[in-house]
Amino acid sequence: MPLSVSTCQKIDKAIAKYPAGRKQSAVMAALTMAQEERGWLSPETLREVAEYLEMPPVAVYEVASFYSMYHLKPVGRYVLTLCTNLPCALQGADAAGRYLKETLKIGWGETTQDGVFTLLQGECMGACQEAPVLLANHQRMCCKMTPPQIDALLVQLRTEAAQKERHE
Amino acid sequence: MSAYLDFGPDAVLLAGLTGDNWRLKDYVARGGYSALKKILNERILPEQVLGEIKLSSLRGRGGAGFPTGLKWSFMPRNAPEKYVICNADEGEPGTFKDRDLLRFNPHAVIEGMIIAAYVMGCARGYNYIHGEIWEVYERCEEAVDEARAAGFLGSRILGSDFSFELFNHHGFGAYICGEETALLESIEGKKGQSRYKPPFPANVGLYGKPTTVNNVETFACVPLIVNNGGQWFLDLGRPNAGGTKIFSISGDVERPGNYELRLGTPFAKLLEMAGGVRGGRKLKAVIPGGSSSPVVPGAIMMETDLDYDSVAKAGSMLGSGAVIVMDETRCMVRCLERLSEFYHDESCGQCTPCREGTGWLSRIMHRIEHGEGRPGDIEALDRVAGDIMGRTICAMGDAAAMPVRSFVKHFRSEFEYHIEHRRCQVADHV
Amino acid sequence: MSETVIDKSGWLNLEINGKPVQMPPGSTVMDAAQTLKVFIPHFCYHKKLSLAASCRMCLVQVEKIPKPVPACATPVSEGMKVWTRSEVALAAQQSVMEFLLINHPLDCPVCDQGGECQLQDVAVGYGKGCSQYQEIKRVVPGKDLGPLVSAAEMSRCIQCTRCVRFGDEIAGQMELGLIRRGDRVEIVPFVGETVESELSGNMIDLCPVGALTSKPFRYQARSWELSRRRSVSPHDALGANLIVQLKRNQVVRVQPFENEAINECWLSDRDRFSYEALNSEARLTRPLVKKDGVLIEADWQEALPLAAARLQNIIERDGGEALGVLISPHATLEEAALMSRLARALGCDNIDHRLRQQDFSQDSKNVSWLGMPIADVSQLKAALFVGSFLRHDQPLLTARVRQAARHGAAISSLHSVRADWHLPLLYENVVPPSQLVTALAALVVAAHRETKATQALPAAFNEVTPTEKDTAIVRTLLAAPERAAIFLGSFAQQHEHAALLHALAQRLADDTGAILGVLPEAANSVGLALTGAQPQKGAQKGGLNARTMLEQPRKAYVLLHTEAPFDVAQGSAALTALRQADFVLSLSPFRPAEEGASLNALPDIVLPDIVLPIAPFTETSGTFINMEGRVQSFHGVAPPLGETRPGWQVIAALAGLLDQPFAETTPEAVRASCVPSADSVKARLSNRADTVLQALPKAAQKTVERVAAVPIYQADPLVRRAPSLQRTALAALPKVAMNAALAARLNLIKGGAVRIRQGNHAGENEVTAVLSWICDETLPANTVRFDMAHPLTAGFDVYGEFHLEATP
Repeated sequence: MPLSVSTCQKIDKAIAKYPAGRKQSAVMAALTMAQEERGWLSPETLREVAEYLEMPPVAVYEVASFYSMYHLKPVGRYVLTLCTNLPCALQGADAAGRYLKETLKIGWGETTQDGVFTLLQGECMGACQEAPVLLANHQRMCCKMTPPQIDALLVQLRTEAAQKERHE
Repeated sequence: MSAYLDFGPDAVLLAGLTGDNWRLKDYVARGGYSALKKILNERILPEQVLGEIKLSSLRGRGGAGFPTGLKWSFMPRNAPEKYVICNADEGEPGTFKDRDLLRFNPHAVIEGMIIAAYVMGCARGYNYIHGEIWEVYERCEEAVDEARAAGFLGSRILGSDFSFELFNHHGFGAYICGEETALLESIEGKKGQSRYKPPFPANVGLYGKPTTVNNVETFACVPLIVNNGGQWFLDLGRPNAGGTKIFSISGDVERPGNYELRLGTPFAKLLEMAGGVRGGRKLKAVIPGGSSSPVVPGAIMMETDLDYDSVAKAGSMLGSGAVIVMDETRCMVRCLERLSEFYHDESCGQCTPCREGTGWLSRIMHRIEHGEGRPGDIEALDRVAGDIMGRTICAMGDAAAMPVRSFVKHFRSEFEYHIEHRRCQVADHV
Repeated sequence: MSETVIDKSGWLNLEINGKPVQMPPGSTVMDAAQTLKVFIPHFCYHKKLSLAASCRMCLVQVEKIPKPVPACATPVSEGMKVWTRSEVALAAQQSVMEFLLINHPLDCPVCDQGGECQLQDVAVGYGKGCSQYQEIKRVVPGKDLGPLVSAAEMSRCIQCTRCVRFGDEIAGQMELGLIRRGDRVEIVPFVGETVESELSGNMIDLCPVGALTSKPFRYQARSWELSRRRSVSPHDALGANLIVQLKRNQVVRVQPFENEAINECWLSDRDRFSYEALNSEARLTRPLVKKDGVLIEADWQEALPLAAARLQNIIERDGGEALGVLISPHATLEEAALMSRLARALGCDNIDHRLRQQDFSQDSKNVSWLGMPIADVSQLKAALFVGSFLRHDQPLLTARVRQAARHGAAISSLHSVRADWHLPLLYENVVPPSQLVTALAALVVAAHRETKATQALPAAFNEVTPTEKDTAIVRTLLAAPERAAIFLGSFAQQHEHAALLHALAQRLADDTGAILGVLPEAANSVGLALTGAQPQKGAQKGGLNARTMLEQPRKAYVLLHTEAPFDVAQGSAALTALRQADFVLSLSPFRPAEEGASLNALPDIVLPDIVLPIAPFTETSGTFINMEGRVQSFHGVAPPLGETRPGWQVIAALAGLLDQPFAETTPEAVRASCVPSADSVKARLSNRADTVLQALPKAAQKTVERVAAVPIYQADPLVRRAPSLQRTALAALPKVAMNAALAARLNLIKGGAVRIRQGNHAGENEVTAVLSWICDETLPANTVRFDMAHPLTAGFDVYGEFHLEATP
């Protein structure tokens, strides 16, 4: 299945940011768009991106495996990445992590049975004044994640997920 | 409009920002883009602008503190294709100032980049934005569009002969891309693996062309220097360290946040602005310049001023100005374990000492923290860290080694206790 | 080589370990150390690859620099003082060594690389002898990289990335990468893929540890058990220099002998792995004689007199012209020279080695060659290849062209297929085979216009209009005086208008100042042309050439290393000719095709009447003359297998029995009598065409045209029988390729197959094959590609009419 038209348009927009003949510079953006469309990057998707950008597939694989926010295995609808680095840890991240694991009944790197959440440990997100920091699907930054805040977020995302499911 | 955010009384970079007034019209209302207009309208020569930057004694705000004017002067004059890059890949644990600058005042950075491009003769620039701050990336996309629409970016800016295009590049989760040559590799669509130097980016940079990379805060200072003069900026700080500096204070303080201080302000003052140690507890240790800088015992830190030379005298580095505060209840073993894990996670894997050494350090730290320490571990930590230092392609090796050596140096008894008793000396865990 | 005086003004003075040395600017400390023969340990550094500076093994101390620096990436400067064994340097080297070993298995006794491992050697010289590392070692799963390169033990990998850089930079195909980061990095191919490059074996040599090893050689021997002897590759006309390695007199491995002028430090996979055929079941160890239609093993005492008698009978009955001698261009010079001498003594001038050529009208005395030294190809600034299957025909020359391209050379191709050379082409013109002449003529016209050359073109050229692309190609040639070349590839040489193409290329070269080069087809094409293994010009009654020998069937044929129909263009004509002959004598190291396991798909093979087992290149002395005219003689490296005898001895014995005894009785004497001196070679090498440009032919009216390459692993009898090479992707079954429009016209359905039919004169002896087909939009209109020399396709006449039809 080829990448969707809108994904391709976004990739084209990214390609246009770089000088002529430097398509490869758009590979991170292209992988980001492809992951947004498909949730994760399968070998097939990597190959499509490689073809689109005229890169050797293994070079795309290198990039996709190097940056921590690309997923080379299937993940839940929402990937929750909690920063557990030192500044966040000093400001409650350990407790937030324990709470998330207990509430979702999964460990780091795991996905809930219903496929809604994947829980990851992250490194510094550059927002330590608002620790603990959690990133939802790599885009939405959620700050000061105390247990009530976490509860609220989970409820909201579950509702969104249910709506999306109905749509699909 | 919401209330001004409190960045301290000395703030010039962050002064007047509310969180809502980031748009171009707001920036222009604050006097924004006047520096660029002045340069182009008055036909001020690049060398003159460079002279002011040199006079200001502005030093790179990303961590290394290299004099900005000198860096710009390394760019070859007549190369046909040159690049200016903003390093907004703010991933050094404890650092969160660039995010605030970009979300609250993106046009100051854009204007700074345009002026830098003018001085160095670059026709194209990129702003490499940390992967985890997608919302900031989107805001920067909007801001660049605004600037382009207003004629501050594009061809023949403000009717002059000067043309410059600027684009945002979004990272995707690699600390190493904060290292400037890894960042260049990343823009080229490769893994973020540092390049060996020489050649330096000023000669062989992005796409093999002359390139200068500066930090977000460094660029944000530039319009102020142009508007107010180099001497004004120098006078804000200390000789050899002009200007104000944004300090990101986090950890065990009452009010973690960004505070903009004149360089040379005592650390005690910063701690006071942040509301002191949380819960009124005693200060144990401070990492003054981001997680890579050596840790300093609290008592020494309370006697130290915040400028490049003073912090160096205290045995550490001013670095990115990220101040991580740890109170008396903190276990230094646990703190170092987490940092070692971070460097193990983030090593790019390219060069041997860092690839193998960070894993080795992390594994020893993990054992000690989990009650499986062995005699000789402390010596091994120090030796392995020493064997990494100075032998890697980029500064990441040193960044991983320095915390280890300093934690062991200043808090050796805690490590010994952990190994001997297989548990923590300090009651509370992080 | 002659001594050249080097101007050292502007060179920099430095000291390494107190020894002064002068180096040109831009050199590195590593270069300087090598000049002084000071060894600095290293892993990632390799002189032919880009710098990585990542292993950190070559850290050395430099005065005034506080930290140790990598010798490989540190440029020399005036007054620099370097210490490679100082306390600072040694401490750095020892710590790096310890880091490299913490995750490396220390089970050297069971490692295939043991004894020839750079890591092992450097650890002994520069390591500490012990480590404090007490943690768990990393385990990296093995990878399947295909039949040639073993990556079964990737835990041994030290991430030097030489293999990755080799693929990207030398092979032009990035098939391996280093994924993930930190100490989780791994060398991998793309998910589910293997390494398919025709140069892949070099990764084995490059790998400094036991991570990438030779799959065929794996655990066959320890390095110290091997005897090593020099030889020359018998495949393409590069003449790559080999170190053939033997255990108990059997070849078990082939590695490059470094020769900067020829193969540098590389080998193509067929140079490296074809040795497997030498030890295979396909080898013939005793003569075979046909009795009642079946080949039966016989003694030399029986077979040789019988062969002589049958030849004698036919010559006495029908004269020498009744004989045809087909010599493989892979035969040694000595074999070919003696065979030609014998044939002529018997009154036969029907001798040829140009087995795939069909246009012999350019009957020049000159011997075609590369036109320049091989090494100069890397330095070209512009090159136009006309009808070349470059990567399959000359894999290592392709690597040279790739280097030139990497340094900015403008490479263009005029051909009937898209070039798959893994290098950036500036311009490419793909035309049907019948329009190749016109397309080249258009370039000639473009050059004529661009240069305003005074010598007018014949009137026929008035009708040729060059395109903008033609003009652009000509300009790349004009822009690089003395560094531009035009090369005629195998497809041009085998074209029905080969002489005209040659003449056109000559004119283009004359008008642009480019050098004209011809890419010889096989290991000894140049040598055999020099030695006269073709009809003698000027003789009163010129003999038949390879084509006419088959089109005008002879009573008897002698095949020297030749496998008809694989080695000839007219497959079905060859089958017919051999079938009707009274006597076919084959001299070959191998059993006839029918009995070779991988070749038995060919129907109705013609069995020779007698097969005499002669030695392959490893078991006889011999000489090849390569594409640059370099005479390369070699010794046998192994004793002949079984009752095999060197070809020259067998021919000499045959000559004796035919009352035409040779005076020479030793290899030295044979060599002295037939190997030309370097000077006489030089005198005869020239690509100057003597065809006069006049009319241009009208394109033949064929409904469907064919373009066919010789697949890289079907090019000679040796590679055809090399089992590992036959398992590679490049040895896959031939397919029929064409564009969608033609497929639609033929009513082909996706996933279906095509039946190819070729009638042999009046519909008799029809040849057919059923192949799967693929769509290839890069092919010109009405052109299909299916390659020759494969068991499924060898029976077709390459240039004959054929019919295609859909078949389920």
